[in-house]
Amino acid sequence: MFAYYLELALRSLKRNRVLTALMVMALALGIGATITTLTVLRLLSGDPLPQKSARLFYPQIDPNAKEGYIEGQTKPDSIMTYVDAMNLLQAHRGTHQAVMALTQAKVMPKQANARPFFSDAVMTTADFFAMFDAPFQYGGGWTAADDDGRAQLVVIAGFLNDKLFAGANSVGRMIRVNDQDLRIVGVLKPWAPQPRFYAQDLGGRSYGDGDAVFLPLQTARAMEMGPQDIECYAAVPDIKHIETAPCEWLGVWVELNGNEAVAGYKTFLDGYVKQQVALGRFQRTETSLLDLMGWLRQEQVVPDDVRLQAGLAFGFLLICVVNTVGLLLAKCLRRSGEIGVRRALGATRREIFTQFMVEAGIVGLAGGVLGLLFAELGLLGIRHQPAQYASLAHLDFEMFLFTFVVALVASLIAGILPAWRACVLAPAPQLKAA
Amino acid sequence: MEIRPIFASLRKHRIPALLIVLEIALACAVLCNAVFMISQRVNDIRLPSAIDEQGLVAVTLRGTDDKLVGSDIPRNLAALRGIAGVQQAAVTSSLPLSTNNWGWSFGVNADSVIANQKNINVSLYFIGENGDKALGLHVLHGRFFNADELADSKFDTAPLPETHAVVMTRAAAENFWPGQSALGKTIYSKPYYYTVVGVVEDVLRPNVSTTNTRKSYDAVYFPMSAAGSKGALSYYILRGAPQDRDRIMREAEQKLAELNPGAVAKGQIYVDIREKYFADMSSMAWMLVLVCVVMLAVTAFGIVGLTSFWVGQRRRQIGIRRAVGATRRHIMQYFQTENLLLTTAGVVIGMGLAFGINVYLMQHYEMSRMPWYYLPGGALALWLLGQASVFGPAQKAASVPPVVATRSV
Repeated sequence: MFAYYLELALRSLKRNRVLTALMVMALALGIGATITTLTVLRLLSGDPLPQKSARLFYPQIDPNAKEGYIEGQTKPDSIMTYVDAMNLLQAHRGTHQAVMALTQAKVMPKQANARPFFSDAVMTTADFFAMFDAPFQYGGGWTAADDDGRAQLVVIAGFLNDKLFAGANSVGRMIRVNDQDLRIVGVLKPWAPQPRFYAQDLGGRSYGDGDAVFLPLQTARAMEMGPQDIECYAAVPDIKHIETAPCEWLGVWVELNGNEAVAGYKTFLDGYVKQQVALGRFQRTETSLLDLMGWLRQEQVVPDDVRLQAGLAFGFLLICVVNTVGLLLAKCLRRSGEIGVRRALGATRREIFTQFMVEAGIVGLAGGVLGLLFAELGLLGIRHQPAQYASLAHLDFEMFLFTFVVALVASLIAGILPAWRACVLAPAPQLKAA
Repeated sequence: MEIRPIFASLRKHRIPALLIVLEIALACAVLCNAVFMISQRVNDIRLPSAIDEQGLVAVTLRGTDDKLVGSDIPRNLAALRGIAGVQQAAVTSSLPLSTNNWGWSFGVNADSVIANQKNINVSLYFIGENGDKALGLHVLHGRFFNADELADSKFDTAPLPETHAVVMTRAAAENFWPGQSALGKTIYSKPYYYTVVGVVEDVLRPNVSTTNTRKSYDAVYFPMSAAGSKGALSYYILRGAPQDRDRIMREAEQKLAELNPGAVAKGQIYVDIREKYFADMSSMAWMLVLVCVVMLAVTAFGIVGLTSFWVGQRRRQIGIRRAVGATRRHIMQYFQTENLLLTTAGVVIGMGLAFGINVYLMQHYEMSRMPWYYLPGGALALWLLGQASVFGPAQKAASVPPVVATRSV
């Protein structure tokens, strides 16, 4: 029976090629636009570390003056002073913890005539790699003792290793960073979490390539490397020594396993702040301990424009569906004579309904295939855009399947009204009219 | 034109008529909001900035030795002035729209400290000798820095320079002292204080706020000596004729790289800096344009499709009307009026929907209120679209010969 409906549907679609083409085209454009924007939205709002994000937490405290503070409403600052970051680090209350700031590293290649270049760098502490599951191609990270001893060492990204050492195992070799020689202890495999959650609010971009150079915070500071972003909350006598200045420039991440550990850490954080208030360092008691995804939500990391585009695409798809309903309806009402004959020859209402839904489904599938093509074109266009995330915009298998689901659902919804109109048509008058 | 028969026939085709109305309403709602978003972005992209953007070239030189900049900067500038076509060369700490922002907040009272809530946040530009001429700044009141102010200003350990003279934009002056002259007045951030010696025409900050353009111009210029700059003066700016700028940029980059082998020189023409800053915004604007065009096309196709269907269905009635004396013109007018009625119903709903979407966007996104004239504008666009798309099918209807009426039933 289904094969028969299929044949009928194809025959009817062929009879009116222009109308069919218009329907398929409109549906495909709507689906193409929707899938393109949804792919980008999904890409940008994705989980950067799916295996670990539920265990990573971002503590926040507030060293600002009392002025303007409303208890329970004012959110704590997004970054920390050196003193507080170090106190939290040295408390060792989490399974892992690390502090970090972004900087720019001038790298001087060894080759003759080579020009120096700047690379994105992270100044951090020993647990960074283990906590964030950063995978090593060669070697490994450094230890807490290296942190304290300002060890002259560095971890580099795979792409920097390719550029400087043609991809060879460079562990133990030297690299010239900011006019000082540092020993390479580890080379990372390609690692670029999207979004770059750990860099959020530290003065860097949110998406794109990963960082190239990772070095111990104390080592970097001894080399006078400065953070990308400094926020000061009181008069600063000496901007050079940001370790003692009333300025915030570090992010702190903690790995906590289990609800008990999280609750314990929150209590510890509240206690720490109360202690600082008692010492007269702090005036505000607000603290926050968001998990990774919660932190990204609070930061509204997904650009407004991307969400607007997705909304716009859905509005557009709605227009296309309404359009398809209209055209399908026009087609089916035109065929009232044919429906009358089929009904008179014994076809039930259900059969007529099914027949028209099959026709709508075919339009939907064709729209889906063409829509997929439009989506690929749309993503190609996005990859040529200047946005940070441009190069990441690709259609994956799930979105591929989703395209057909959207296409079928859209066309079937569009088909319900015409099919229902067709099946409630009384056969006798139609036969007479014909 | 008699309208009643149109209503009578529409009542018989309620669902297709409703679909056209719905489609036009949705199209009108999306169109108004999308065009409003496009116009907002175009306004942002075109934010004026009173520097010579067309002739300006910037080369950043980073990774220099802070101890040697006192002699390096004059040497580099002398070499840059030797490039053919360079009219002025100077150093500064940042440029409008470069995203390289150094912010600070000042108050107008002697006891203002940095954390004061009433302070005004401004972007700081540090600038060396001839910087005003190289940028093409327009001094409106007072003067730019004199040689002494430039030579004496330096960084020590403090985050702000040891000088007491500043020049600010007209917008910043107006924000600090509304309705008053800023000349001779002082801004404070304890323990620092600076007196305004000049006011320049508005120059954009390194980052601009797209929601509040009033704040996009709050910039303050500080004098800075080469020797005391501690690496802050990393932008070399060169001014020349617009047709020379690409060549000047390449030669300047090369020259600075040769003179400073340990540092990284990167040249850009200023128009590219602006373009890059607004690149995301302009691609969003183009995407909105694309969506609008395709959406209008789909709507037009929908109208064409449904009207053609109606024409096909009513061939006999049209034939009868023609046989009893209606002219082709009458038939055309019938379909055109019918479309006008449907479109009008659509845009009335659509304008309400457009307003609703705008209110929603204002609550959830950085969006301002849509000016009222977008609504009739969108309505007019859809009326025209409706009339244009009904023209073909209506003509087809008008060409139905009266003889159709006589054909067998």
